[in-house]
Amino acid sequence: MADGSIGLWTVPLAVFGGAIRVSTPFLFVSLGECITERSGRINLGLEGTLVMGAMSAYGISYLSGSPWLGVLAAGITGALLGALHAGICSLPRVNDVAVGIALMLFGTGLAFYLGKPLIEPTAPRLPAIDFGWWSDIPQVRAALRVNVLFLIGVALAPILYWAFRTTRWGLLIRTAGESSDAARAMGHSVLLIRLRATMVGGFLAGIGGSFLSLFYPGSWNEGLSSGQGITAVALVIFARWDPLLCLWASLAFGGAAALGPALQSVGVTSGYHLFNAAPYILTLAIMIITCSPKRTLTGAPAELSITR
Amino acid sequence: MTTEAADSTEAAGTIAPAADPGFLQRHGGTIEYVLIPGAALAGALVVFGIFVAMFGKNPLDLYFYMYYGAFGTWFSWQNTLTRAAPLILTALCTALPAQLGMVIIGGEGALLIGALSATSAALMLQGMPPLIVQIAMVIAGVVGGGLWIMLSGALRQYRGVNETISSLLLVYIGLAILNHLVEGAMRDPASLNKPSTREIGAANMIGSIPGTDVHWGLVFGLIAAIAAYILIYHTVFGFAARVAGGNIRAAKIVGLGVSKLILTICFLAGGAAGLAGMVEVAAVQGRTNANLAAGYGFTGILVAFLARQNPLAIIPVAILLGGISASGGLLQRRLGLPDASVLVLQGIIFVFVLASDALYGRIGFLKGKS
Repeated sequence: MADGSIGLWTVPLAVFGGAIRVSTPFLFVSLGECITERSGRINLGLEGTLVMGAMSAYGISYLSGSPWLGVLAAGITGALLGALHAGICSLPRVNDVAVGIALMLFGTGLAFYLGKPLIEPTAPRLPAIDFGWWSDIPQVRAALRVNVLFLIGVALAPILYWAFRTTRWGLLIRTAGESSDAARAMGHSVLLIRLRATMVGGFLAGIGGSFLSLFYPGSWNEGLSSGQGITAVALVIFARWDPLLCLWASLAFGGAAALGPALQSVGVTSGYHLFNAAPYILTLAIMIITCSPKRTLTGAPAELSITR
Repeated sequence: MTTEAADSTEAAGTIAPAADPGFLQRHGGTIEYVLIPGAALAGALVVFGIFVAMFGKNPLDLYFYMYYGAFGTWFSWQNTLTRAAPLILTALCTALPAQLGMVIIGGEGALLIGALSATSAALMLQGMPPLIVQIAMVIAGVVGGGLWIMLSGALRQYRGVNETISSLLLVYIGLAILNHLVEGAMRDPASLNKPSTREIGAANMIGSIPGTDVHWGLVFGLIAAIAAYILIYHTVFGFAARVAGGNIRAAKIVGLGVSKLILTICFLAGGAAGLAGMVEVAAVQGRTNANLAAGYGFTGILVAFLARQNPLAIIPVAILLGGISASGGLLQRRLGLPDASVLVLQGIIFVFVLASDALYGRIGFLKGKS
């Protein structure tokens, strides 16, 4: 096999590389949403959070010269949007699904507004670790250029899994999600638990957004995320609110999302747009297969409005 | 949501209060439904003014240009009404399923599929009399959009798939199908920079209401909104839908066909948005291309929530929101605001409107009997 010409192997390799590269935003948003939903509230606004995170990360990275400050700014922006969501949901008779839709529109609108001057300049991007140094094939090296955020996300999944099961905070979040009465009887404020859970969820989703603008695709424009946030929210549902399953599902999604560009790179361009829609079609298909009209989903937090 | 919609008719006087029919007590509920969204709107405008002031613009200029660009001249009125037409129709896509307690936010997808179907119908019937082509376009648009949202309803009913998420996923899938066809099978070879389908033909355009530049789509929207209002509040079918929305178990016990209700309502909802797509093709664009994904479907969600899912209230709210989007161009030219400022304002309004839900029944002087 000659260097640089690996023929049709490009496609599975690019899908594999994509699974690592493209999955990171899915992973962060779904882990964040996992925390929020386990506390008994759904935040559909993470699509807006993702875009706001991408914009603020790019802006701060450009202004400060440090991409990691950008990541931090994205997280803080996300946490603030989460606080806004939780704050409005704390009011009586306010529907969390509707607030999520509102914040989805608000977040994307605000990001487009503030991000207008950021389309032109180039901001410093996040560094990658080269795991492909052993290979001479450029495609393999490209596929194995892994970003640190991905590794953090991969580590976060088992940590969250463990935290939900064994730590005090994990237990409190689950109590608030399963029975707000029980949490209240234990002397805890359900609203406060959910506020924190939504802020942490927003923080992670914001970081997911920073990956979009600072690593892959690695620039800021208005078409940066079309529906990746909402796909990740759906992903939590069929990952059964389990952080480890979120990780596998995110990888599968990253692979699906990389299919279109991978096929295009070997000259298959006809179904480009359809292959780009693969993650959405995959989400819908998996939801159709795994949901059931007769019973509530196993593992669903009992207080969650969307599964009741 | 649905129970509140039911309350509003009660308060509006279909059920007369037993005694002491003081004005506030009879109409307190109705006043609330005007006053609270109005206050939310005013609050949102103030916050947006502060936001704009942070960027060194004069908020008073902002309000003036918004008013001027939306309702200040006959020209801006026509611009506003032209934008209100699709908004009425896409808002129905959210408001009708809301009667059943469903939150459908995929109006944009139904609009795109409706536009695509209507365009296909027109291109297939080239050479036929315009009236026949137009009728075929309406049918194709309504059926295309209707089936699209009905899919969300069916998935919810038969597979338990959450309709909010599925309808939004279908927006992205619909957009992919549109791009795929517009750049592939249906592409007009002459459209180089902006891939588009062939034009439906000038004779087949639906034209303007005489004496104005406002196209007939506005009339389609008005008729659809009024028909939806009658359907929901003055027919047995609508009553059944509201019962099912209020309490699904009670509806099953009294023997209502819930599946049929869900599928029919979702079809009508999607049909309205599909009609919006047809209108955009047959009155504005003349062909299908990516320009159609202009966000009318998403603004429609806001219109429906601001109108508290009431089909009649959708009409003035759609005109208001149409005005805001019509003024966007003027804000861009005169104040140098980015075009996304309209999106920011819409987002702020949405947040305020939802937060204002907490106020119902809590305003002292409006506390009547209900």
